[in-house]
Amino acid sequence: MSEDIYVVGVDMIKFGRFPEQSVPQIASKAALGALDDCGLGIQDMQALYCGNLYQASAMVGQRLLQEIGQTGIPVVNVANACATGATAFREAWTSVKAGLYDLVLAVGVEQMGKGLLGGGAQKTGIPKEGLLGSGTMPAVFAEAGVEHARKYGTTFEQFAKVSVKNHHHSTMNPKAMYQIETPLETVMNAEMISWPNTKLMCSVNVDGSAAAVLATGTKVRQLGLMSRAVKVRASALTSDAWQERDLVMPDVNTCTRAAAATAYEMAGLGPEDIDLVELHDCFATAEILHYENLGLCKDGEAGKLIDEGQVALGGRIPVNVSGGLLSKGHPLGATGIANIYEVSTHLRGEAGARQVENARIGLTHVIGLGSACGIHILEKEAA
Amino acid sequence: MSEAQIKTNEAQVLPATPFIKIPEDGEPWLEGYKCEECGSIFIGARDVCSKCFARDSMTPIKLANTGKLYAYSIVHRSFPGIEVPYISAIVDLDGGGTVKGNLIGIEPNPKKLEYDMPIKVVFKDALGRKDREGNSYLSYFFQPLD
Repeated sequence: MSEDIYVVGVDMIKFGRFPEQSVPQIASKAALGALDDCGLGIQDMQALYCGNLYQASAMVGQRLLQEIGQTGIPVVNVANACATGATAFREAWTSVKAGLYDLVLAVGVEQMGKGLLGGGAQKTGIPKEGLLGSGTMPAVFAEAGVEHARKYGTTFEQFAKVSVKNHHHSTMNPKAMYQIETPLETVMNAEMISWPNTKLMCSVNVDGSAAAVLATGTKVRQLGLMSRAVKVRASALTSDAWQERDLVMPDVNTCTRAAAATAYEMAGLGPEDIDLVELHDCFATAEILHYENLGLCKDGEAGKLIDEGQVALGGRIPVNVSGGLLSKGHPLGATGIANIYEVSTHLRGEAGARQVENARIGLTHVIGLGSACGIHILEKEAA
Repeated sequence: MSEAQIKTNEAQVLPATPFIKIPEDGEPWLEGYKCEECGSIFIGARDVCSKCFARDSMTPIKLANTGKLYAYSIVHRSFPGIEVPYISAIVDLDGGGTVKGNLIGIEPNPKKLEYDMPIKVVFKDALGRKDREGNSYLSYFFQPLD
């Protein structure tokens, strides 16, 4: 039986817009923060797993070490759409789990700029956007939400309530991009981007970084770091198994359900054991789907879950108490590790006003469209 | 290239996407590929079935020009120069195959759109879009079947 793996240091920067900084500079702040969080230095790290999407061919991990310490360790640069950060974290976990190293660093970073994502330009022929439907992300996730509405009668108002909740949560998160309440009518009357997603139901494009130091249990005990260490109970990564419409209409449900089943089995836990969830609310429509995909409620009950406030802070199973991608912001390559930071912070009892009381076990989830799903289950053992 | 040059070139009508097939005579059609092993239907050419992994089992088929509306979004914000609003529709074609496209000939209003409403596939010029050589393109659109 291989060793348990722990997060011993973790940090994220306050998300925002930093056009004057380079990607490695943005990454360096979270990396140093995670090292400081456990009192270690870059010279203690045996490998670096660096997630970044927009500069995937530009050696971001090595350039990060050129900023904070060129120790000559192996560097792996990771790109996996919006699952990039979670994949970097998982690769780091895999390496210590395999016994190659006992202390490694995972970093996720992105510099985004503003504007619509998806429906990219073409080199030849004519643009297809608005001709063969839409490939923009708000439309793609709107279509996934409409599929849920088709099955279960989910309403525009229920989708909008997700955004109200997550914006409310972020008023308590100083590291979120926004700390602004958005009442239901404000969300529903905001500019319609792709029905049923209004502008306030779309995630915020921001720059950001997050980082985590992972260690084997033996190393954690040797360093005397167990009191704040967070155990990785499960790590799961899936791609899109064949589905009837998947190549035309990306299916974020099947890969999430598969990853959730793997993660729950690995942890020996079920959804009823989870105290808080950070899930991939890239659009308000998406969050509703994942309540069911992650087993937080039965199929068809997601609308009820949001109506009854069960997923709000203080509810049965708080979801996205960080503010989520909708309000904390979504720097693609950083998001997966920022989720690890959020859940770890709650498990350590250090989340301040938004603290989920007595949180012991938390789940993180991301989807990279195309598709990749990464799920991690984290636990803080009683001190 | 100047306008005069474009006029002297014999501009062609090309398919907006490779799975639109334009015959010398007769109606255009959408081409699917059917796996002879498991029956799965894919849009566009391929060699291997990604469902059952069979090789050399793919046969081109004419997809039906009728179907049903499965899901949609009404796009109000797109890239610069793209006319909005429009309906981005996902249609299950009769006999198999799912295609995404613009649904036209109906108000872009969720109250007007019904799940499984019958749809026909029509072929028209690609909204006046031309490539750098001045070629016109033929595209497909969905319309309510009346």
